[in-house]
Amino acid sequence: MKIKIAAAGLAAVLAALAGRPAAAAAGGEVVIGDLDDLSGNYADVQGAGGIEAIRMAIADFGGTVLGRKIVVLVADHQNKPDVGASKFREWADQNGLNMLIGGSNTGVNIAMAKVAGAKKVPLFVVGAGGASLTNEDCTPYTVHYVYDTTALANGTATAIVNAGGKTWFYLTADYAFGTQLQNAASKVVEAHGGKNLGSVRVPLGASDFSSFLLQAQGSGAQVLALANAGGDFSNSLKAANEFGITKTMKPAALLAFINNIHSLGLQTAQGLYLTTGWYWDLDDDTRAFAKRFYAKMQAEPTMDHAGAYSATMTYLKAVKAVGSLDPDKVMAELKKTRINDLFAKGGYIRPDGVMVHTMYVMQVKTPQESKYPWDYYRVVKRMSGEEAFGPVTGLCALAPK
Amino acid sequence: MTQVFGVPVAVILGQLMLGLVNGAFYALLSLGLAVIFGLMGVVNFAHGAFYTLGAFAALLGLKWFGVNYWAALVLAPLTVGALGIVSERLLLRHVYKLEPLYGLLLTFGLALVVEGTLREGFGATGESYPVPRALQGAVNLGFMILPIYRAWVILASLVICGTTWFLIERTRLGATLRSATENAPLLQAFGVNVPLLMAATYGGGVALAALAGVLAAPVVLVTPLMGNSLVTVVFAVVVIGGMGSILGSVVSGLALGIIEGFTKVVYPEASNVIVFVIMAVVLIVRPAGLFGKE
Repeated sequence: MKIKIAAAGLAAVLAALAGRPAAAAAGGEVVIGDLDDLSGNYADVQGAGGIEAIRMAIADFGGTVLGRKIVVLVADHQNKPDVGASKFREWADQNGLNMLIGGSNTGVNIAMAKVAGAKKVPLFVVGAGGASLTNEDCTPYTVHYVYDTTALANGTATAIVNAGGKTWFYLTADYAFGTQLQNAASKVVEAHGGKNLGSVRVPLGASDFSSFLLQAQGSGAQVLALANAGGDFSNSLKAANEFGITKTMKPAALLAFINNIHSLGLQTAQGLYLTTGWYWDLDDDTRAFAKRFYAKMQAEPTMDHAGAYSATMTYLKAVKAVGSLDPDKVMAELKKTRINDLFAKGGYIRPDGVMVHTMYVMQVKTPQESKYPWDYYRVVKRMSGEEAFGPVTGLCALAPK
Repeated sequence: MTQVFGVPVAVILGQLMLGLVNGAFYALLSLGLAVIFGLMGVVNFAHGAFYTLGAFAALLGLKWFGVNYWAALVLAPLTVGALGIVSERLLLRHVYKLEPLYGLLLTFGLALVVEGTLREGFGATGESYPVPRALQGAVNLGFMILPIYRAWVILASLVICGTTWFLIERTRLGATLRSATENAPLLQAFGVNVPLLMAATYGGGVALAALAGVLAAPVVLVTPLMGNSLVTVVFAVVVIGGMGSILGSVVSGLALGIIEGFTKVVYPEASNVIVFVIMAVVLIVRPAGLFGKE
């Protein structure tokens, strides 16, 4: 009985949480939405900083486009695909949404992409990585802006196999993103003459990784590939250090953000290879943005923060160029422009929706090499967009091979 | 290598050990829950939040005041326990007379407030807490490398659980506490300050959660959500052990840690649901839980 009452109470609380109203936009405004994990595991990867970046872009653009005020709608998708999709649909139907920034979580973004296709609202995927978004799950209105699993695998896996790490074992987050990342990395490893010895699928948000790590160690592989993200990545790397696994296996971060490295500390993270779409300390442009961002958020921006800024800017420029909010006209314009800003140099959007731009293979510095706060990465390789994102696969009907 | 059911013995022993470590955390947390439910009848949904607060108290104590790990083991539970007493006096005591549902909703709300506040203040990524120097390093057990800190967690947890059990089941204070749950007005007539007893019980249960948080701080990243993922499992542990049974919560905590550990080898994908499957079976076969009174 107590359990039953407890369950009913819990359901009531959750329903109340889900039903928080969004600020409604009046007619005559240009509405940009942001659906992201604002309270969970990935909330610092984009989250509040992402919202700030979108606002910065709008302010830099002048606050209006086509003589109309630009407003932002924000909601927490709570890492639940149904919440993300229904909120997106609600905004499209009731709030006159013109464009959506998709935050973290591939599963949620796949659900939202279906809405983008049905409602004809451009979706700029910023935080999620699953490459299926521009393959099986592609739509004419999806732009995959910052990074994808293909680029991560091409960057990190290639670098490590070439450095002698030939045999691989995967610790994989058990959802769309993790499996896509593992598949992409496995292909790259084999293509470069390496071998995949096995994998273990770890439930998302596991509280302890040591059991899985011992299994990885038992495989005898040289490389411990972490196909996970956020807190799962940090906790698995931390445990790998604690159990002495990093002495016999070389850890590879298939996705790590700079806030993860910051929380782990260089002592734990040093030597790690990772691939990123952007780094705050690349050149004067990136440092200038980072400085402004830091003043507001007290942290250096991740690639997603810079991506959210750039995506908003790119969309608004396209709207201005065509003089219309018509999604088809805007998408056509987007797919023929070059993107040159603090995030990308000469980036372009392919017919399948991939935003092709330079990606960076990084190695985390040692505590001795790091000269100032947040001085964490050494650039190992600049990968051209074509090399990073690979050829068009033909899996998306919009872009035949 | 010797094998059992196709799994090498060394692997089984290793998983057994890790299962014990996780079980030690489950036991500590479910112990506090069992004490609070058993003596007060409150389903304390804020338990995970107090565990998180314990870890944050240790982290911030170190960062701001240079309080080391050993001092934090004492100070963090005291601070968080005091916070628990304040919330009991201000909020929780008003719902005792109502249905259990109200206590549950209140503590759930409290947990959301704590989590939200910590997230606002410190972000969702979290920070690392260093392993104390005396417990650094690892020992080679032959079948696995066991970090000394994890061995310490098992030891500490067993000692704490044993002490708590002894306090409640074998001392005069414990007897008074238990009689308060049976018949509070009568006890009050004997001149015992029952409201004080209730506040102290909640504070004590919450301090146990905070202690578990300090123990966990060097093992996992200290994040506002660290208690969130644990607390649902711990509730299942308490239900399996029998709501309110102290011995039941400790034994089932350790046992479920071990069962979960084996699941991670045999079928990893199910490792986060196995506890709930067992809970369902137990509820069907023995609705009062393994150690509960019908």
